[in-house]
Amino acid sequence: MKNKHLRSRWLGLLPFSLILFLSGCGNLEMTVLNPKGPVAQSQYDLIMYSLWFMLGIIVVVFGLFAFMLIKYRANRPGRKESDYEPNLHGNTMIEIVWTVIPLIIVILLSIPTVTTLFDLEKAPEPADGQEPKEPLVIHATAADWKWFFSYPEQDIETVNYLHIPTDRPIEFMLTSADSMSALWIPALGGQKYNMAGMMTKLYLQADEEGVYDGRNSNFNGEGFAAQTFKVHAESEEDFNSWVEEIQNEAPELTQEQYNELVKPGLTDEASFSSTHLDFVNHATTDGADYVVERYRELYGEKIELYDIDREETFE
Amino acid sequence: MHITDILVTGEPIIYAAMVSIALVTVAIVFLLTYFKKWGWLWREWLTTVDHKKIGIMYILSALAMLFRGGMDAMMMRVQLAFPNLGFLDSQHYNEIFTTHGTIMIIFMAMPFLIGLMNIIVPLQIGARDFAFPYLNALSFWSFFFGAMLFNISFVIGGSPDAGWTSYTPLSGAAMSPGPGQNFYLMGLQLSGIGTLATGINLMVTILKMRAPGMKLFHMPIFTWSTLVTCFIIVFAFPILTVALALLTIDRIFGSQFFTLTGEGLPMMWANLFWMWGHPEVYIVILPAFGIFSEVIATFAKKRLFGYNAMVWSMIIIALLSFLVWVHHFFTMGAGAFVNSVFSVSTMLIAVPTGVKIFNWLATLYKSKIEFTVPMLWSLSFIPSFILGGVTGVMLGMAAADYQFHNSYFLVAHFHYVLIAGTVFACFAGLVFWYPKMFGHKMNERIGKWAFWLFFAGFHVCFFPQYFLGLDGMPRRLFITNIAEWLPLNIISTVGAFGMGLGFAVFVYNIYYSYRYSERETTGDSWNGNGRTLEWATTTPVPFYNFATVPYVDEIDPYVRMKEEGKTTFDETKLKPIHMPSYTGQPIIMMSFLGLASFGLIFEWIPVAIAGLIGGVVMMIVRSFDYDDGYYVSVEEIKRIERKARGL
Amino acid sequence: MAAEELKTGPLEYRSQEGRMGILGFWIFLGAEVVLFATLFATYAVLFGRTADAPTPAELFEPGIVLIMTFLLLTSSFTCGLAVNEMRKGNTKGLTIWMVITLALGVAFLGFEIYEFVHYAHEGATLQSSAYWSAFFVLAGTHGLHVTLGIGWAILLLIQIAKRGLTNKTSRKFFVISLYWHFLDVIWIFIFTSVYLIGMVI
Repeated sequence: MKNKHLRSRWLGLLPFSLILFLSGCGNLEMTVLNPKGPVAQSQYDLIMYSLWFMLGIIVVVFGLFAFMLIKYRANRPGRKESDYEPNLHGNTMIEIVWTVIPLIIVILLSIPTVTTLFDLEKAPEPADGQEPKEPLVIHATAADWKWFFSYPEQDIETVNYLHIPTDRPIEFMLTSADSMSALWIPALGGQKYNMAGMMTKLYLQADEEGVYDGRNSNFNGEGFAAQTFKVHAESEEDFNSWVEEIQNEAPELTQEQYNELVKPGLTDEASFSSTHLDFVNHATTDGADYVVERYRELYGEKIELYDIDREETFE
Repeated sequence: MHITDILVTGEPIIYAAMVSIALVTVAIVFLLTYFKKWGWLWREWLTTVDHKKIGIMYILSALAMLFRGGMDAMMMRVQLAFPNLGFLDSQHYNEIFTTHGTIMIIFMAMPFLIGLMNIIVPLQIGARDFAFPYLNALSFWSFFFGAMLFNISFVIGGSPDAGWTSYTPLSGAAMSPGPGQNFYLMGLQLSGIGTLATGINLMVTILKMRAPGMKLFHMPIFTWSTLVTCFIIVFAFPILTVALALLTIDRIFGSQFFTLTGEGLPMMWANLFWMWGHPEVYIVILPAFGIFSEVIATFAKKRLFGYNAMVWSMIIIALLSFLVWVHHFFTMGAGAFVNSVFSVSTMLIAVPTGVKIFNWLATLYKSKIEFTVPMLWSLSFIPSFILGGVTGVMLGMAAADYQFHNSYFLVAHFHYVLIAGTVFACFAGLVFWYPKMFGHKMNERIGKWAFWLFFAGFHVCFFPQYFLGLDGMPRRLFITNIAEWLPLNIISTVGAFGMGLGFAVFVYNIYYSYRYSERETTGDSWNGNGRTLEWATTTPVPFYNFATVPYVDEIDPYVRMKEEGKTTFDETKLKPIHMPSYTGQPIIMMSFLGLASFGLIFEWIPVAIAGLIGGVVMMIVRSFDYDDGYYVSVEEIKRIERKARGL
Repeated sequence: MAAEELKTGPLEYRSQEGRMGILGFWIFLGAEVVLFATLFATYAVLFGRTADAPTPAELFEPGIVLIMTFLLLTSSFTCGLAVNEMRKGNTKGLTIWMVITLALGVAFLGFEIYEFVHYAHEGATLQSSAYWSAFFVLAGTHGLHVTLGIGWAILLLIQIAKRGLTNKTSRKFFVISLYWHFLDVIWIFIFTSVYLIGMVI
């Protein structure tokens, strides 16, 4: 009797986990599983491809596991003598089978992983029948705890928000003014690190217009949670008129002003009609210690952050 | 530095912690004095070199650390489920997740497993103690003082707050001034020395002190897992030693290894850390595999399926563990080729691991499964670990990892493998070998309550976190600021409290069983199902372990011994047994080195030098110590064995 | 443990305890190899990152390093002679050769300290750049090992003088000879990959 009780408890877990799983999957709003650009799409495809293998493995192992537990529990009614072989200790054939099958799965997973990896090093291919466009270069510089986006071609710079045109590859030049951070816009694709004294390159692209969440995803201290930004993906025309507006209306960024902005701490959004690349590039060896040399003593101060800006939907 | 600068002030939680630490200390001192137990404590425990007692001290410390790390986890979960409460600020949250991670890996998982190895491995191979009992005591005290040092940071000086990975430049002197990060460095350094020493000690013990006739491929699988683990420890821990030392020199003596100035290279820390850190996760998982293998074979009442494949897969996992460290930072921009290589090597680990899973399942085939508490922990490991394992392979696919990295998907993954693997194994092993340690079993009914609460809580806590990760929630975020993330966070917190409750019941069970459990009369505690030599000893195990060491030439020697009616007490073969003397030197030496570390943490160089001199003096004392131990006479052995065996 | 005493073979290998001690020390040396390998890797990665400090090619001079190499190699040889005397049971010979070994070790250390002070005067210190941090920590760790080895060997010489050659003292002495040879090997790597390459590039 006791065992029957036990089994029903084990089985009771199955629907429970299914509910959780479906409540998660059914909600297709999950950002990573709802890609808005070709980079995120290729990663989504890879995740879904692997997920089928994983589900297969889970089904096989859970199935075998349930079978063993039910069939070979010690006091199952109607156990036969032949159900017990205490000296069974191996079977070369079956051991080879269950070594080779995982190996095949690993190979099947490796091929698309490697091809996707190499694809992600290049600007995304244009959709069928479209002309390839020159990528838009944006220098994304992280600093404790804010983002500077410099558009060298347009000669404008924004702080803590980003505008990009849709259907055009964006070539992010990532670096950091101090601690290591990572630029992550989950709707558009995976992240890469920003590191002082060096530059990493990340290609992303938006196919749909909209406002997406971007953030630093690599923990870097007290203001980490607040180091977020909005990505405004808009049509080429809208983007161009926004650029023009900034060029005409925003002030120029002076070095004094930049030095003030780059101090460790939180800042609001801002726009400028010139970039900080004119006087310092943190991706170079000379730029790496720019902030640390100036504000070393400020890192010890606490900002006592209890709350950060929340989504409007948050109640 | 004034005393008020040293004590952490300003938070009610910290004052509460100070008061409770003070109260507990006073209570312990009072009880020891009142019951006149100081001498007993010193003679029997603080000066012991007996592997069984040292093992028990390891496990008790690990349980205390599990409590501390668990409290940290609860506070984090409360903060994330109630974003409007203002329970913790960002700084505080950062300190808590840092100490949670560090304590759970370094001061909970490893000492727990090392404690089990301490008690069981000599018994499984028919040895009377470790190869170097003195060194074993030294290892324990170095771990103990390292852990204490790390823990007092909560009330003195301030906790580290740069994550358990302590990435530079964030953890460097410029961005993390003050003693907090030094506590991390010195606490890990001090206990790391002990771990390395244990690795060497156990390796020599296993290679040189096996029972006559026992070849390497006759060893019990837990002993095999220990041997493989020790290889990893010996080759991985020196890397951590160097990394910690370099960062310490950076912070205290102004060198430029990981700094942004002087052309330092912060990324080198991530490389060095994970060159140790990835092998480290196999240090805590391989012994777990060993424990599961022992428990499953025992309660399936069947030989382990594919013993050779089990051993070789562990060896292959150990080798591969040194070749995958880059997968912890695929997003550092090393290029598609490097990422491809490490992606494939990472996924390859799934093959030997899969082999092990299938071998456990095959062990259950045609068996007689008995659902005891250790068996429940071991069986539930299989499906739970599979969920962690497959998501591990997904994380290993570098291109997809760009989306998973630094997210709750990763958090869910490593909790799935570390809890379902290591923590379940610690509980399984503790309950399984509990009668060998304390002479009575843990209560089965309460044990099942603890299991089900913890097991259900675990899945409720961590399964939703996969979806939080896919929805873009980053790890180490101190507040749930996006509405969509809140429901799953609340579910997760409910689960965490389930786990907390399960742990509380488990601890209550220790007390309950101490009071009410039946005392063991035989050494073969689990209804005569023991398969390996540890069950051949009497319970409680005599301090010399084996009166006569049996000849062993097969995998489950005790099964045959029982069939043939043999015991480890063959009166015709008794000889005097040589045993090492107890000594107070290890605890004194390590307390001096602890003092030196404390001095370095606050950069009080004179204190550090004084401690170091004390440590060196103790080493000289040891060098001139020619105490050769003593012999237990045949009469004494006869008396002890006859009493224990009721002859 | 001590039960399995052998009657033949080198003294240090005759007891089970001695055999285990020596095996344990070999494993420890394995860990030491990893430790130094990590330091060498760090040094290689940080090579060339001298910032404003002088470059190694400007500071390294072949003369003094050659003398240091000669001193340490010779000390390794005399240490071997000391072990040879131990095998013959000649305590006096052992002591003489070991004292010579230690004298050479002290001379090596003296030159190393002189060299470090000299570099510091030229503006290359532990703090001046990533490269110099790596250099001083790598060479300094070796120097620290030599210092510890000298202190340890002095303790053993006192013990051998007091107790003569037994299973235990000979095991201890054999172990320190392993340690001393190991430091010599590490120095050869430092000499070639740090000094020779540093002088050329």
